Amino acid sequence: MLTRFCSKWSCLLPERIRTALDSDFMWRLSRSPVAIVSFVVFALLVLSAVFAPWIAPFNPYDPASLDLMNGFTPPATANDFTGQRFLLGSDDQGRDVLSTILYGMRISLFVGFSAVLFAMVLGISLGLIAGYLGGWVDTVIMRIADVQLTFPSILVAMLIFGIAKGVMPAEYRDQMAIWVLIISIGLSDWVQFARVVRGATLVEKGREYVMAAQLIGQPTPIIMWRHILPNVLSPVLVIATISLALAIIAEATLSFLGVGAPPTQPSLGTLIRIGQSFMFSGEWWILLFPACTLLALAFSVNLLGDWLRDTLNPKLR
Amino acid sequence: MALLDIENLTVKFPTRTGVFVAVDQANLSIEPGQIHGLVGESGAGKSTIGAAIMGLLEKPGYISGGTISLKGKSISGLDKASLQALRGKQISMIFQDPLTSLNPLLTVGDQLVETIQAHLDLTSGQAQQRAIEYLELVRIPEPEVRIDQFPHQFSGGMRQRIVIALALCSEPDVIIADEPTTALDVSIQAQILSLIKELARDKQVGVILITHDMGVIADTTDVVSVMYQGKVVETGTTAQVLGEPNHAYTQSLISAVPRPDEKMHRFPLVSYGGRSHEFNIESLATSWKKVDIDPEKPLFEVSNLTKRFLKKSALLPSKQTFSTAVDGVSFNIQQGEVFGIVGESGSGKSTLARMIAGLYPTDGGHIVFDGQDITNAKDLSDYRRQIQMIFQDPYSSLNPRMRIDAIIGEPAKHHKLLSGKALQHRVDELLEQVGLSAAAGKKYPHEFSGGQRQRISIARALATQPRFLICDEPTSALDVSIQAQILNILKDLQEHLNLTMLFISHDLPVIRQMCDRVGVMQNGIMVEQRETEALFTNPQRAYTQELLSFMPTLRGIKSA
Amino acid sequence: MNYIFKRVAQSGLVLLVVGLVAFSMFRFMGDPIDNMLGQERTQEDVERLRDELGLDLPFPVQYWHFLSDAVQGNFGVSYRQGRAVSEIIAERIPATLELAAVSAVLAISLGIFLGVFTAIRREGWLANLIMSTSLIGVSLPTFLIGVMLIYFFSVYLGWLPSFGRGEAVQLGFWSTGFLTVSGWQALILPALTLGLYQMTLIMRLVRSEMLEVLRQDYVRFARARGLSERAVNFRHALKNTLVPVITVIGLQLGSIIAFAIITESIFQWPGLGLLFINAIQFVDIPVMAAYLMLISVIFVTINLAVDLLYVVIDPRLREGGK
Repeated sequence: MLTRFCSKWSCLLPERIRTALDSDFMWRLSRSPVAIVSFVVFALLVLSAVFAPWIAPFNPYDPASLDLMNGFTPPATANDFTGQRFLLGSDDQGRDVLSTILYGMRISLFVGFSAVLFAMVLGISLGLIAGYLGGWVDTVIMRIADVQLTFPSILVAMLIFGIAKGVMPAEYRDQMAIWVLIISIGLSDWVQFARVVRGATLVEKGREYVMAAQLIGQPTPIIMWRHILPNVLSPVLVIATISLALAIIAEATLSFLGVGAPPTQPSLGTLIRIGQSFMFSGEWWILLFPACTLLALAFSVNLLGDWLRDTLNPKLR
Repeated sequence: MALLDIENLTVKFPTRTGVFVAVDQANLSIEPGQIHGLVGESGAGKSTIGAAIMGLLEKPGYISGGTISLKGKSISGLDKASLQALRGKQISMIFQDPLTSLNPLLTVGDQLVETIQAHLDLTSGQAQQRAIEYLELVRIPEPEVRIDQFPHQFSGGMRQRIVIALALCSEPDVIIADEPTTALDVSIQAQILSLIKELARDKQVGVILITHDMGVIADTTDVVSVMYQGKVVETGTTAQVLGEPNHAYTQSLISAVPRPDEKMHRFPLVSYGGRSHEFNIESLATSWKKVDIDPEKPLFEVSNLTKRFLKKSALLPSKQTFSTAVDGVSFNIQQGEVFGIVGESGSGKSTLARMIAGLYPTDGGHIVFDGQDITNAKDLSDYRRQIQMIFQDPYSSLNPRMRIDAIIGEPAKHHKLLSGKALQHRVDELLEQVGLSAAAGKKYPHEFSGGQRQRISIARALATQPRFLICDEPTSALDVSIQAQILNILKDLQEHLNLTMLFISHDLPVIRQMCDRVGVMQNGIMVEQRETEALFTNPQRAYTQELLSFMPTLRGIKSA
Repeated sequence: MNYIFKRVAQSGLVLLVVGLVAFSMFRFMGDPIDNMLGQERTQEDVERLRDELGLDLPFPVQYWHFLSDAVQGNFGVSYRQGRAVSEIIAERIPATLELAAVSAVLAISLGIFLGVFTAIRREGWLANLIMSTSLIGVSLPTFLIGVMLIYFFSVYLGWLPSFGRGEAVQLGFWSTGFLTVSGWQALILPALTLGLYQMTLIMRLVRSEMLEVLRQDYVRFARARGLSERAVNFRHALKNTLVPVITVIGLQLGSIIAFAIITESIFQWPGLGLLFINAIQFVDIPVMAAYLMLISVIFVTINLAVDLLYVVIDPRLREGGK
């Protein structure tokens, strides 16, 4: 299906993209229904999060639209007092669960993407430098990485979060919480990137095209940037995808524990935390729908990552 | 009835673009005690035949037709269990790389004993005794002691002996040896081959020897089959196939083999399969800028060059230990001369080349180029503009993420010799001169074959119009027919452009064809340095004599 | 020998650095005096405490005091509970260790077994089913597993308790939940929650390592020599797989202790994790610092054990490195 689509419209695309679409990669994608479905699910979730303000039936953070009388409305039934209907029900405050999920996903995805980007930039740079320069620079960077790796990333994130909370004046804590979250998750995850990039750099460094560049006297930063970097990126793509799933889960976990997103900006994890307290009293929908969304998000990203790893490392199958 | 009979064997690999026929209706028959050579260039399907016999074809490959029969019984249609019972017991295999074919966590003895016990009904004491006997058979000294050692405690050549012992200890009828000496140095190669020869005769084992090396074929095999694009094009006794080849492909293959016994002006290329590209030396020569040269003065003077590598780091400098890779090497290279350096792996020849190329700092001695001392100089840009290098592996010497025109243009652009339209024009011109079209510039390296890539690599080296070219094993990763083309190109460059070259190789026949003078290296020291012909006809040093004695003789091949 | 000595020295260095982090937290995050004395304080109190804490001494001396106190188990007083941190921790340790031990046994044994199984039967339907399910397992955050288990077994079926540790029996300084029925009942859900996610991770890692090993030349050579499938898989492949897997398991043990924080918080399990998460929420720095030091010691010990195991398994390391 995908290949047919590509061939029909490819004449409109610039050559570079056309050759990309005609690659082995796209061919493999077109033959893997699981990868296509997970990609579509993930894309839909991302798009609905990005366009939440336009899609969501309510703005859950606009106090004017809130009515406590609407609280605890079950999904798709009319409220006993107001007759208001909510597709996925409403929570204790009378907020539409669907809308809180859409807005919550925005926070979750924003934190996830930003944290991975941060970890990626940090990890790639340090990995390249360690791998290419070697010597004591390598030893120092990789020792730090080893030590950090002994500490599970969720713990590192918690610690950084805890320290930041302690250092910052109380009035900024909520305001800065999202950024602290991004940095703590990002800092806890750079090691994976650095290790993979360093390993790939060591391999590339031994290849003769690098020697050809050294021979004409190309400066080191240019060799690293122009010659080595483009050749170490494909494993990075795999790690980045898997990291995105991990970051989304980490954010949800921290928020669930109450040490992540502030109550003013609830993410999916915060919503699940809220929903959990209604689990025993029978209002299952407040918990179930955010939980399913989180699972769908993490699962589709993981499926994609798994498929990417198999595809980019053909020897692994 | 032959020991092993292969009839009309066809192996197919389905791929994205269609079904690739790796082996096409191949026929072979192997007799007991006979070494049957299977020779061909990369991709000819020779290893696939070996894997098909063993029932170890990589997925998604499958046997689509033909029969393989052992002692008259067909084995090609067998299920997994019966195939496994057959493996080892009746057919065994020797792999290429002895460093990876042994399990690092089990002792050599453990691996032998488990194999013996898997096939013969012996107690562990008897099996242990048998294992020691086999180690003795493959001439491992002190087998009683060494049997309890782990693979990493043996050298590469020793490990290949152990691999042979492992393949033999189950008393098979047929052994498939897939490039058994390609990863080894010539001296060890000769020992391993004579061991295989001797054991095949004594134990009456049929051996299929898969190799790309005509020298190995000439020295070792009784019968040879030549493969080309999945087909067996010619089979006969070794003497007949090498001496009077019938098929045009065999003729072209044999004519491309560098002769060890005499120097030829050029390789007579009998082209086959339309793979030859014209190298346009005249066009290149007209645009080449001439440099005034003083034939009396050497271009290069290297004196007492030394390089040490840190073996063990320690905080105190006195506790650090070093290994000396290059130890006080001195030589001169005249203008327009090709100076060869030959040696086994680890002899320091590549390190030497890299020091001269300015890639490694030196730990002692001097390099003087055209009257200027460039040893560890701060600014090498002037020197770098005048030298270029051609590398060993064309699959690794071109950046896979860069377009061909960017790759070829990079040196000229970096040295600010050319830019913009002029650069593009120069690149197009070079591509055509090395036998590719200007359109090739828009492609990426993976779209080219090994030989084409090496031409691109040459085009890159010529873009700055250098005076000096370092060739570091420039053909050792190439098939022999491509090697002949590339070596002809290098000869052209030297003759028409008067390029000076440093030519590094482990391959003595290639050295003889290419170089005016040669230096022989052993353990970082240059043991002998003479005119090429004098060295080959009358070697002075014991080490050189030894090296030359291991050189394949190619007996039976008529000179063209 | 040299190798082992190097590792021990490295571990010591790591502990020193972690100690420095913990100490800096303690010393620089907010004013310790503010934290320890309430609003009603006299200048005299401040001076006395300043003197007692040695805040006027040079930094390295303070660090030294902190370290020597830490070695003796003295981490100061919790800001929130007003009791000695060491006392609180001693009370909480058994619960966490029992939970972690049960989950680890579960995760490691099942993880290795399933990983080997799915690697060997790569084409089988059961292996493929396990692999697909495991991907859901990796996507399910620990806290969601916990919440789901509570919902099903506690709320819906009402079989198992949803919080607490059940009845604990005091054996000297150690309080154990292993000796009572309610203790075991209370342990089931938290142990499953904590173990499942780690199990899927271990399983996937073992599988991919094993597949990698199965592609090696020496495995192909073992097959070509006609060794039985069993000998190839278990004698040759599994042993080589174990070398990298041991590292992973070491890291995973650390992970179990870290993820215990989440599990304990969901099940209100009275262990160290719950203590730590509360400490973060209330910025109770002495507790955070003590927790950090304690688990660092645990992690470093695990890693050291992993390094020593390497030496046992891999003959190449036994000669002191070549």
